[in-house]
Amino acid sequence: MNKPDIINVFFCGTGGQGVLTAAEILGQAAILEGFHVKKSEVHGMAQRGGSVESHLRFGKKVFSPLISKGKADYLVAFHKEEALRLKDYLGSKGSDLTVYLEKALHLEEGARYLNTYLLGALSAYLPIKEKNWLAALEAAFFNKNLKENIAVFQKARKEVMSR
Amino acid sequence: MNEKAQRTVFLSGDEALAQGAFEAGLGFASSYPGTPATEILEYLAKFPEVSAQWSVNEKVAFEVALGASIAGARSLYASKHVGLNVAMDPLMTSAYVGVGGGFVVVSADDPGIHSSQNEQDNRLLARVAKIPLLEPSSPQEAYFFVKKAFLISEKFDTPVMIRLTTRIAHTKENILTGIRKEFSCPEFKINIPKYVMVPKNAFQRHIELEKKLLKLKAYSEKSLLNKTEINDRKIGFITSGVTYLYAKETYPKASFLKLGMSFPFPAELARDFAGKVKNIFVIEELEPFLEEQLLMAGIKAKAKDPSLRVGELRPEDIPEIVKGKKRIHAPATSRKPVMCPGCPHRSVFSVLKKLRLTVTGDIGCYTLGALAPMQALHTCLCMGGGITLFEGFKKVLGRNVVGVIGDSTFVHSGITGLINLAYNRTRGLVIILDNSTTAMTGNQPHPGVGITINGEPTKKLVLEDLCRSCGADNVDVIGAYRIKDLEELISSRVNADSLSVIIVRTPCRLIERTRAPSPALDQAKCKKCYLCLGLDCPALRKDEFGLVKINGKFCVGCNLCANICPAKALTKNE
Repeated sequence: MNKPDIINVFFCGTGGQGVLTAAEILGQAAILEGFHVKKSEVHGMAQRGGSVESHLRFGKKVFSPLISKGKADYLVAFHKEEALRLKDYLGSKGSDLTVYLEKALHLEEGARYLNTYLLGALSAYLPIKEKNWLAALEAAFFNKNLKENIAVFQKARKEVMSR
Repeated sequence: MNEKAQRTVFLSGDEALAQGAFEAGLGFASSYPGTPATEILEYLAKFPEVSAQWSVNEKVAFEVALGASIAGARSLYASKHVGLNVAMDPLMTSAYVGVGGGFVVVSADDPGIHSSQNEQDNRLLARVAKIPLLEPSSPQEAYFFVKKAFLISEKFDTPVMIRLTTRIAHTKENILTGIRKEFSCPEFKINIPKYVMVPKNAFQRHIELEKKLLKLKAYSEKSLLNKTEINDRKIGFITSGVTYLYAKETYPKASFLKLGMSFPFPAELARDFAGKVKNIFVIEELEPFLEEQLLMAGIKAKAKDPSLRVGELRPEDIPEIVKGKKRIHAPATSRKPVMCPGCPHRSVFSVLKKLRLTVTGDIGCYTLGALAPMQALHTCLCMGGGITLFEGFKKVLGRNVVGVIGDSTFVHSGITGLINLAYNRTRGLVIILDNSTTAMTGNQPHPGVGITINGEPTKKLVLEDLCRSCGADNVDVIGAYRIKDLEELISSRVNADSLSVIIVRTPCRLIERTRAPSPALDQAKCKKCYLCLGLDCPALRKDEFGLVKINGKFCVGCNLCANICPAKALTKNE
């Protein structure tokens, strides 16, 4: 795979949904792949149902920790209203992955492991090898239903890749 | 450096700074939790080599840390921007006495007010306190700058401030870590003219401080912390902190003077830059700190419109500043935070609202009681203000006013206010919302919990005993979910001719995660008064037909809604 310049992934949702965990796993996977990574978010109110967004950027060298409006390559939404509200972050050639949110919510395991499902879908688009994703998932979920999380991740990844 | 010991890890600015300090041989660190600084001490607490503590408040934290420094250890104080206000007293004289081992003061500012009561720019405080100021722009720089800060501190015998902002403190990036180098402490020697700030000594120390500042300016002029990048000579930026990265990203071909050490200001370096580049813009968040220094040095540079002094900058703001545009502040559209399902604070506020009391509030999760539809908390100013503003209100209003404060906040700054109430014969009611943690910042322990930062048991501060000692006539302890008893108790105390404290003690839901069955809901009995929805519980909503619905995924079975339902449509599920 050709390593592109900078990839911008914008995560959004509400407190307690696993938005920050998802961004953390992508960050770890991108580091294992050899990228320079910056991830920026705001803590404090996150656990209390308020809006949560995480800006994750990776590439050869990343300057700004924030994604500019209209520059996100991928919008990963955990909440439909938040996706609508923050849609202007997505670039004209960017991919809106909100479709996978609806898919996930229709599946029992997708709703339960929403963040790993969405990461699985996202992983199909990104230049990061599966083994690095799995290592990052393992680090995040080593004692929290790791098997189930990996199964959901791989299911979503395969679904998107086979399309 | 031993290559085996190097490891690439994904660290936040807070963590990277802490790691750098650890590697520099840090011996002591103290703080009081506050976003976005909290993770610095949480990270340092992992190392047995560092004596780390949550202090009672920032003043205490600063003084203990400075004491450790004077006694010879490399020492670090960290807090959020407003936390440093609490430590202003020792801060302002610390430059006079200087240090023993290096002393670093970390201020984590919050431009944009993501989780604070104001957006003050603490770079100004470094200038007022006359201590050098370092401004890293990334976690990587925070890691390097803190090591440098200890060297500057020791070389010039001064505390050094490192200023982070939310976008540095809470940005993560790859950090190549190294190994710890032990710091050999200089032996403490009695030196009364240096360490005893009585007028005669302080006057002499001030003379020396002014000389020191000139030396620090000369250092800043030559320091590698300040970087000149000459590229396109038609446009250049003088900038510091994270805004350097925004400008660099937006104008990669421009020239830059990036100030890592912005006080004392390297005016000659700036003048040299201004001689090489034609159009110069100052890019900085909040206050015109660099702008004023340039102005004083007579160096021409265009600065942002004053409307941009409010709020944080984003990369897309840089071209707007270059164009000289104003910022039009749009109202926030983000979702408001709410108290968790089953939160004990919700119970208390439902009672205060029912009794139509005026409530002076304080800082913590319970400040959310001010948001619609609850709107049962009516002031929030500073730590401890819940009690002291109450006293002022009480003196003027006389009746139907109550002060509320959290347990951690009470220990931080409420005790003196309570003593003041008793001493000045003020009557009335203060409620301590005791959820037995520092909840909003992520459940850190405090003296009332009886556990240290390392999770070890310690002496536990008994709030009810303390309140009695402060002079409260009545001290009651009650559980938050007993709302009928709570209502009766508050009613009997609020206007009584005595000073009362009610400690409402129920652990935070994020600690005690027990669940009970959701209440039963009989739609036939529901009169659609929506009193339950006024509780603003995430587990309750109205559907498109106007029917109240319980979300079983969120509900923890606190039964507050069942207890207030006048039609008995909601009932406790036995």
